[in-house]
Amino acid sequence: MASRLVRHHLFWPLCVLAALLLFNLLYSPDFFSIVVRNGNLYGSLIDILNFGAPLMMVSIGMTLVIATGGIDLSVGSIVAISGAMACLTISKSSDQSSLPLVFGAVLASIALSLVLGLWNGALVAAARIQPIIATLILMVAGRGIAQLITSGQIITVSSDLYEYIGAGSLASLPFSIFLVAAVLIAASLLTRKTALGLFIESVGSNARASRLAGLRSNTVILSVYVFCGLCAGIAGLILSSNVSSADGNNAGLWYELDAILAVVIGGTSLSGGRFYLMGTVIGALIIQTLTTTIYMIGVPPEITLVVKAFVVLAVCLIQSESFRKSIAFRWAKRKYPAEQEAARHVS
Amino acid sequence: MTVPSPILQMTGITKAFPGVKALSNVDFRLFPGEVHALMGENGAGKSTLIKVLTGVYSIDEGKVTMEDKTISVSGPLEAQKVGISTVYQEVNLCPNLTVAENIFIGREPCKLGRIQWRRMNAEAEELLKERLNLSIDVAHPLQSYSVAIQQLVAIARALSISAKVLILDEPTSSLDQNEVKQMFAIMRKLKSEGLAILFVTHFLDQVYEMSDRLTVLRNGELEGEYLAAELPRFELVLKMIGKELKLLEELPKLSTEFKEEAGNKMITASGLGRKGAIAPFDLAIRKGEVVGLAGLLGSGRTELARLLFGADRPDEGTLTVETTGQTVKSPRHAIDQRIAFCSENRKTEGIIDDLTVRENIILALQATKGWFRPIPRKKQDEIAERYIRMLNIHPGNSEHLIKNLSGGNQQKVLLARWLLTEPELLILDEPTRGIDVGAKAEIQKLVLSLAKQGMAVLFISSEMEEVIRVSDRVAVLRDRRKVKELGGGQLTQQHIMEAMAGG
Amino acid sequence: MFLNRKYVPVLVTLGLLAAMFAAGSLRYTGFFSMQVLYNLLIDNSFLLITAVGMTFVILSGGIDLSVGSVIALTTMVCASLVEQNGWPPAVVIPMVLAMGSLFGALMGAIIHYFRIQPFIVTLAGMFLARGLCYVISIDTITIADPFYTRVAQTKISLPGGFVSINVLIALVVVLLAVYLAHYTRFGRKVYAIGGSEHSSLLMGLPVARTKILVYTLSGFCSSLAGVVFTFYMLSGYGLHAMGLELDTIAAVVIGGTLLTGGVGFIAGTFLGVLIQGVIQTIISFEGTLSSWWTKIVIGLLLFVFILFQRVLSERRISIKS
Repeated sequence: MASRLVRHHLFWPLCVLAALLLFNLLYSPDFFSIVVRNGNLYGSLIDILNFGAPLMMVSIGMTLVIATGGIDLSVGSIVAISGAMACLTISKSSDQSSLPLVFGAVLASIALSLVLGLWNGALVAAARIQPIIATLILMVAGRGIAQLITSGQIITVSSDLYEYIGAGSLASLPFSIFLVAAVLIAASLLTRKTALGLFIESVGSNARASRLAGLRSNTVILSVYVFCGLCAGIAGLILSSNVSSADGNNAGLWYELDAILAVVIGGTSLSGGRFYLMGTVIGALIIQTLTTTIYMIGVPPEITLVVKAFVVLAVCLIQSESFRKSIAFRWAKRKYPAEQEAARHVS
Repeated sequence: MTVPSPILQMTGITKAFPGVKALSNVDFRLFPGEVHALMGENGAGKSTLIKVLTGVYSIDEGKVTMEDKTISVSGPLEAQKVGISTVYQEVNLCPNLTVAENIFIGREPCKLGRIQWRRMNAEAEELLKERLNLSIDVAHPLQSYSVAIQQLVAIARALSISAKVLILDEPTSSLDQNEVKQMFAIMRKLKSEGLAILFVTHFLDQVYEMSDRLTVLRNGELEGEYLAAELPRFELVLKMIGKELKLLEELPKLSTEFKEEAGNKMITASGLGRKGAIAPFDLAIRKGEVVGLAGLLGSGRTELARLLFGADRPDEGTLTVETTGQTVKSPRHAIDQRIAFCSENRKTEGIIDDLTVRENIILALQATKGWFRPIPRKKQDEIAERYIRMLNIHPGNSEHLIKNLSGGNQQKVLLARWLLTEPELLILDEPTRGIDVGAKAEIQKLVLSLAKQGMAVLFISSEMEEVIRVSDRVAVLRDRRKVKELGGGQLTQQHIMEAMAGG
Repeated sequence: MFLNRKYVPVLVTLGLLAAMFAAGSLRYTGFFSMQVLYNLLIDNSFLLITAVGMTFVILSGGIDLSVGSVIALTTMVCASLVEQNGWPPAVVIPMVLAMGSLFGALMGAIIHYFRIQPFIVTLAGMFLARGLCYVISIDTITIADPFYTRVAQTKISLPGGFVSINVLIALVVVLLAVYLAHYTRFGRKVYAIGGSEHSSLLMGLPVARTKILVYTLSGFCSSLAGVVFTFYMLSGYGLHAMGLELDTIAAVVIGGTLLTGGVGFIAGTFLGVLIQGVIQTIISFEGTLSSWWTKIVIGLLLFVFILFQRVLSERRISIKS
């Protein structure tokens, strides 16, 4: 029983999250306190959920892409583009809070994100360019596009309705959390209640065998990149609406890296195959909590990067089977490096 | 004149991998100025022996001597240093570098640390011309030349390291006839210059054309060393497969009667072929009929099957699925027309490692339904349970990851995957390899009962008894060519082997 | 005459550069001058040095995302040691170069021995170096050391204008790199590994040592670029060279180097950097166009070149089979 618990894929991520939270509790006892103000809940925990929402969103999309054995480096740029697009549309109007306007703006952003996702997917699936390279293009150009939309300025909007997406509350909780929950549930349903999840894992685990089993892997790959674009687009809306402004230069900076990290912490392997949406969400929460923690103990928040560096390495080393094996193997066989190689392939 | 002494001698070589004894107490010797063919079927230990010789694998027991000195090589570099070089079928050079560089990389002529390109190119040109009769522009990248020339460059590299022993591992597999001739001419030239050549090939014709001596391995053991001139083809095949002539009596045939006009045609291939894979062939498979494919390893069995399934594109000929009147464009297209293909490469082309037994079973069926119409979980469980019971899959838990199952059970899961799609033509490529005897019989019986229900089956196996036992008709392949079709009273081991060995 | 195919991508890049420069010269008065050309070098000398290191990494089939951060860290360490602790530059500069090289060597060792994708390892390196900047200080540290200011202000006259010392350093690096890539065994091994790591191993090349050296070289180049950057900016700051890794990779790819490794030239990278510079110059001359167009155009060029490479390699495969 205990060993089954330990082996559950959420066990280690949850442990890390719990440890982080415990540290915060010891460090500042009122960390867990949640107060009700104006009928809304406030507190560090709520903040973590609220500020972590965009990252969770992006990471959900990234999970599916990584599950197919790919990667999407352009999510940060899509976040910026989507926010910029929405803010631009809204800022041009005199009545910034009108429902059709905000609705239209959101729709335009989402449509644009879908197109960008489709672009990535087409490069990977149809043009058969390596995912890292294919999405690098949009990663570079996307920042420019975002700045083009904002004309290099920070566009501020004053629209209560738009602000609601990222800063509003529903049932005393931040609205963005509900958005994340909705996308998470949608993604879970879409992958687990249809055969899409099976196809994604199959293609990611063994593309050649999948082809021989009759799977149309191109469609699968295309759709995950489109979905990833959608998630990044929604994240961009949340992020820009939270601060009521769009910054083409800095919005969504480092998001691709944080999202990849969240996915890996969540237990999905970078080489594709089995994916864990819930694990990813916890991974994103760990990253957000880490940022909050470092902020709280008074260290400059930028130092989070140092911690992240070690987390990335540690997680990858633990995940990398060759690391574990090479340590065991290195002692047994010091000569014949190629045999070591062969043994790795056999097992 | 004294009897020449072998340049290379391996004695009592034993090598075990976890769970498998790849080589046990194998002897091997190689004389200067001879071409020596190393023969054996799958799992015979050929590639392990070569890897031991080139220092890729260590040896557990035994010793290797080269020119009467005991040597111990622990890597390709050291093997080269003692004078053993290998040229592989998939040329192991760098396609992006120039021809000259590929010959000299790591040992470029240098002056004060500066590579002397001109000298290097001149030396490369001379080497190719002098020893291989090849004049090409050595300053061009290797990838701009054909595979045949790339292989010659690889040989040139070996020669420039002053190789005394040259291992040619299936050098002719991807060459056309003229290129093979060119290669042979060069092998003869090198032989006359005193080089010892270890030649591995699946083409029997080539073995007899080129080699002076043969060593046959079987199941990791030495079957014997023979002079090529003294060993008839037929006996060679017997030795490779492991039979004595007297034991070639008839086995009880499971397949009930020979059906002259069994059922309607299911699939017809006429003049179907693919360059470098299989020469154009005709083949028709009828409903309710089991057609066997016999041939040695590398004779083109898998290549033929892949063409029928649309996994590879043919260069010529037509393929018609008679039930639909269409051809086959892709695996998916084949599956839609009720064709199933159980690949021999279980690991790379069969199982999906990360998925469970249940998911692996339903995968192909789900693929035909598309992602939007999932098979309900309850039905999936039922299906998995049914096939686990029917095929006796161990462990009988449908939620186990398939990678944790034994090879035989993985095979059964794949069989279940394809049976589930209710195919009208089932292509089984080595379905019983690595499976215990009991399971083997089960699969054979299953094949027959499926045929009885009207399914057409193409059965590929390197075990001849098995092919004969289940098939109504057997197509025999040799050297990438369909050479014979046997049925009825002709369907005996003797006949098949004669066809496999050729004239 | 039959043109050697391997030079095609570089020639395309050269043609593009010439066309852009010509277009700029036709359109803007004052564009066609030696000083504009020199300024391209002055403003991009650090990028050039980094890109040279990156070229070797990409040629070997890897990637190095840490370059921008290593530059920032170098400026930070230099500034803090020279300004705040009063160390002489003669000690500090060799020290940071050694530090950068060691950093690269460590990443290379992890990549090779633990078989983790270079992308991930250098990503961690990027986080680490960037984070360490802030451990030193979150603010800009201005450098007022006389040695630095003298180097920064030195102008070397050339016909038609002047260049800075940085440019000389960068050009020396480029020349050395060309020599290293084409006339030493190390350089050829890098190409070999990028062409096929498996084959290189079977041919008996020291793959481990070469791969680690490649990342060491990239670390060295990044820290040298960092030193050059301090001469250029006269400050150390954790936000310096933000996103430079992307510019660097783009320059290398536009220069005709195959992202999958094994094919490319240092000269191509040199041209790739100049193309980026010309785009910036054109945009600044245009006045109404804004800086983000640089990114969009570079992204577009990346797309074209990657697709171009894809088609070339596709054709290669079809020739083979």
